[in-house]
Formats: sequence, C-alpha cells, structure tokens
Amino acid sequence: MEEIKAAIEAAVPGAGVELVLNPSVSAQHSLRIAPGRAVAVAMFLRDDPELAFDFLSNVTGVDWPDKEITEKVKVTHQVAKTIDGVEQTVDETVEEVRKHVEPGCLEAVFHLYSVAKKHGPLVLRMRTVNRTDQVELPSLTQVWRSAEFQEREVFDLYGIVFTGHPDLRRILMWDGFKDHPMRKDYVEPDDFEYEPTPHDEVLKRAQERRDKEQAAPAGTTRPPVAPAGNEGTREQRPVAE
Amino acid sequence: MSLAETKTERVEGWNRAPVIAPDGEGELLEVAMGPHHPSTHGVFRMDVTLDGERVIWLKPVFGYLHRNHEKIAEGASYLASMPYTDRLDYFCSLTNNWAYALAVEKLVGQEVPERAEYIRVILAELTRVQNHASSIGFLIQEMGASGTPLMYAFKEREKILDLFESLTGSRMMCNYMRFGGCRVDVSAAWLDATRKVVAGLPQFVDEFEALLSTNEILMARCQGVGVLRPDLAVNAGVSGPMLRASGVNYDIRKVDHYGIYDRFKFRVPLGDHGDIYDRYMVRVLEMRESIKILEQALPGLPAGPIMDAKAKIRGFRPKPGEAYGRIEAPKGELGFYLISDGGPNPYRYRVRPPSLINLTILEDMCLGHNVADVVLIFGSVDIVLGEVDR
Repeated sequence: MEEIKAAIEAAVPGAGVELVLNPSVSAQHSLRIAPGRAVAVAMFLRDDPELAFDFLSNVTGVDWPDKEITEKVKVTHQVAKTIDGVEQTVDETVEEVRKHVEPGCLEAVFHLYSVAKKHGPLVLRMRTVNRTDQVELPSLTQVWRSAEFQEREVFDLYGIVFTGHPDLRRILMWDGFKDHPMRKDYVEPDDFEYEPTPHDEVLKRAQERRDKEQAAPAGTTRPPVAPAGNEGTREQRPVAE
Repeated sequence: MSLAETKTERVEGWNRAPVIAPDGEGELLEVAMGPHHPSTHGVFRMDVTLDGERVIWLKPVFGYLHRNHEKIAEGASYLASMPYTDRLDYFCSLTNNWAYALAVEKLVGQEVPERAEYIRVILAELTRVQNHASSIGFLIQEMGASGTPLMYAFKEREKILDLFESLTGSRMMCNYMRFGGCRVDVSAAWLDATRKVVAGLPQFVDEFEALLSTNEILMARCQGVGVLRPDLAVNAGVSGPMLRASGVNYDIRKVDHYGIYDRFKFRVPLGDHGDIYDRYMVRVLEMRESIKILEQALPGLPAGPIMDAKAKIRGFRPKPGEAYGRIEAPKGELGFYLISDGGPNPYRYRVRPPSLINLTILEDMCLGHNVADVVLIFGSVDIVLGEVDR
C-alpha cells in the first residue's frame, strides 16, 4: 500500500494522498485523496502499466455527521482571594466542561480492482468539506464509466454533488423528491405526497393553541403532549439542495 | 446516416432526448418501455427515442422497487439483515446470503468449517444452474417462443427449488447462510435427492442446446446484436457472464480464491464477439461447468460441523473497521461493503449490485438497433430489479 501511495505522489504532484488504516481483521487499508487532483490520480491508477486498476467495482457514500465533543479541561484562572486578611491574586485551577462541535462531512469510497493484473482491492476515499453547503467532489465517470450510475446514486441518497458528471440527477428516488434519504439525520415527512387542503388552516390553529397550552405554568397535571409533528410541512422543513 | 449526425438538444445539467430527426424530416418518437411491460424483467422503464424503428437515445429509469434495504440494515443487527439479502436478487437468494456472510466473515476474521464450505459451493452452483436456465428461458420467451422453452427451463428449476425447500424451508427466500457456516445440516436423504437431480442435469442441458443453439431464429436475432467491446465492458464495471462473453477472462471464483473453489477443476467459458449469442452460449457453458463442480463437490463432502463453534451469534459486535467482500454471483460480481463502528448494527451497509452496474452500458449496446432488439439486449444483460433497486 505504501508503494502505491509513493507511486501516486511521484506521478501526480500535489495529490494529497494519505494512508487510512483499517483496524479490522480484513486489513483492507485505504488511501484518502484530496479532491483537487483526484481525476489525475484516478487516471494514473488506471493507465499505469504496473497498477492497471481498470475496474471500478464499487462507489459508496458514507455520512459522517457532526460530532459534539465534551471534554473536561483544566483551566487556570487568576482569582482575587483574601488569605489571612491580605488580598492576593492566586492561581486557581478549575476543571471546566467544554463542548465543541467537530464538523462532519460526506465521504465517497471507491473500490478498484485490476482485471488485467488480477489484483485488488484498492480503496480510495474522498471527503467533502462539510455536509451543508460545500458538498462537491470531482466525478470519476470520465475515468471509469462504471461510476456513472453509482455516483448518481450517491448524489441521490447522500447529496454529494459530483462536478463533471455527464448526467447528475436522481436515480432511485423520484424526480421531485426532497432531501437525501441515506443521511443519518434524515427525517421522513409524514406524508410523501402532501397536497395542501383547506384543513391546513384548522390544523395550524389547533397546533398554535396546543403550543400555548404547553407553555402553561408548572403544576398542571396534563399528560405530556406530543410535540408538533411535521404534518404537511414539506415547505417548512429545511431543504438541503 | 451515422449517429454522429444526430442533433441533440442539451439542456444544462440534464441530458435531454433529441427532438429533431437526423435527416431533418419528421419527428422522433419517444417511447416509454415500462414500467409495466411483460419483457422488462420487473418494474423497469426505458425512455427510448426512436427514428422509425431505430434507437437513437435510451435512458434506463428505475427505482420502482427501491425498498431502502441499506438504511433498514443500518437500523437492524448484522444477522437481522440476512433475510433481507434473500430479496435482493430474488432468483439467487443463496448466493446473496453467501456474499453477505463472506463480507461479515472478512470483517471479523471468522473461519468457516470445511463441511459448510462444501455445502455453500453445492448450493451456489445449483443456484447458478437454475439462474442461467431461467435467464435463457426468458430470453427465448422474449424472442417470441411463447413459453415452451421457458417451461423446459422451469421444469428443471423446480427440481432444484424443491431441493432448496427441503433443506432450507423455502424455495426462493432461503436465509440459509450464517456468519461462520450454514444454518441447518444436510441429511443423507437430501444428498441422495441432490445426486439424482445433478445426474439428470447434463441431459437437460443437452436437450436445451439441441433445441436452441442451432435454431435459425435465435441465431439470426442474436448474432451480431448488442455487441459489447471488452475494453468498454471492463471500464463500465460489467461483470459476470456478460463480461466473459466479451472475451475478458475474469471469474471471481478463480481470481479471489474464495471458499474452496480452488479444489475443483472447472473452466471459464469466454465469448468471442460480445453479442447476445455469446452471452447465451456463455450461460449454457457455465451451466455445464457448474454441473462439473457439483459432480466433484458432492462425493467429496466431509463430515463435521456446519457452523464454527467459536462463532459469536448473540451479542455480535464486530470491532470498528470495514470490509468489502465479493463473490461471483450468477448475475456478476455481488459485493457487500460494511463499515462497523463497534455496535451491534452496521454503520454503513452497502450492496454492490451487479445488475445495476451491468446496465450502465445498456444505451451503448442498444444504439442503432431496432426496438425489438432492445428487448433482447436487455434480456441478455440478465437483471433482477430487486438487486438494481434494493
């Protein structure tokens, strides 16, 4: 694996290849490549006579959501304290709980084999910048035709936009479908084929009345009210497209 | 009139069908073949644009059978997904089971006892025989043979499905493989019945070939139609009998050495031209090779356990990591890619469907042919919608 990495870095300068170890017994380690030179790396892998990875077997999308990390950090403050009647500034060490959010991303994993040399698999990975607005990755369809439908599927189900794909549109879900179903935070609408009706006004008023009642002072022994569902709120839900 | 002279309107981001006829006269006809169509092997649609009878644009549309298998697997444990894998390629449930079991066994380094490996090979090759027989039967049916050759194929297939039912409890949704072996042991009576069926298979293939291989209509309609070049086939990720019919020697049983296939002598049939006739012949010859494997595996079946004693069944939590396992399914390369995060459910569960990927070059094969040929070319790809859509 290291030889392949060295070969790629020698052939494609600025490729940005790093080795990702696979902790499982399968020992199928992968190479993460930077999206910038990915097409050049792919062409090198395909056309190199030694490596000859001419068969793209599988394109997978993976969703790594934002992670909230809570850690306890020892912080030293300068505190003014009175000790023995004398005001002094003393260093005091306090354990603080800090939370930060590690941004998530979407990932595309490619499994390559060689039909000519009968070796493989070589696993390539590419990560997007984040999950919300910067979700582009270069398309490898011009290098391996088998990526055509599989990248469409990753776009359909995860939302990774493959720039340079000849025909990027939904493949499994229907054309008017909103959102990307395989994401970890996907919430199904209550009604996939929602159409507005006159009842919506009545429903909205009832929901507002119920929310007002929920905000009633403590002491009421009303059973907990289910939070307002997303009945027919396709327009209101954030559209991640 | 070459295809290069076809004017195509391209709208940004969407590949639209051409609307102006190549010779400037008349309009083109847009036909939606499917999803309700007797010859589309399931709910599948092809948007075809025709110039007279000739196809000049074809886009496959599917997703009608999308059942969200991958997301369901993320919410279910590893073993709970096994019955769902039956329903991927619903003709070949045992090979689907084996591919998934192989991927999980790769993920955790699980060993499989020898008797279970033999049973897996026997069932997989029986699956291959009945799948190829049905595939050829359907192809002939689409040529207009009105059911009789299909019923010859299904007669044999029923014998094999009876074997599956007596062993696993179900004809088609077998749910038989487990991580580390098989679910239920084979009995001596079952082995006798299998030997009888396998003994009758060579005669069945001979009859089939005598009936069909030199048939005028089949030869006229299949030879030279739907040619697929080997370099395009490899680049498009085509696998299975379709790839070998184009002359590419790549059989995962020989390349990956999975299971115990190395112990059996069998050849890999290759085609010369990559047309429908070659795909038909490759399937017939693969049936013969499968029979050879069965004839070697059945006598050699050793005694022993069918499940590894150290296999963890309850509380199965693979350590974090990932694995990609693939087998030579009757339709092509069936692979499962699993990412584990240490929990009882997979973090990411991906099925690499051979039928979907073999459809990538459907348009390339069909361009320039007549509508009637499209049906045959599509039938020779041999897809199952359960696998395409998952």
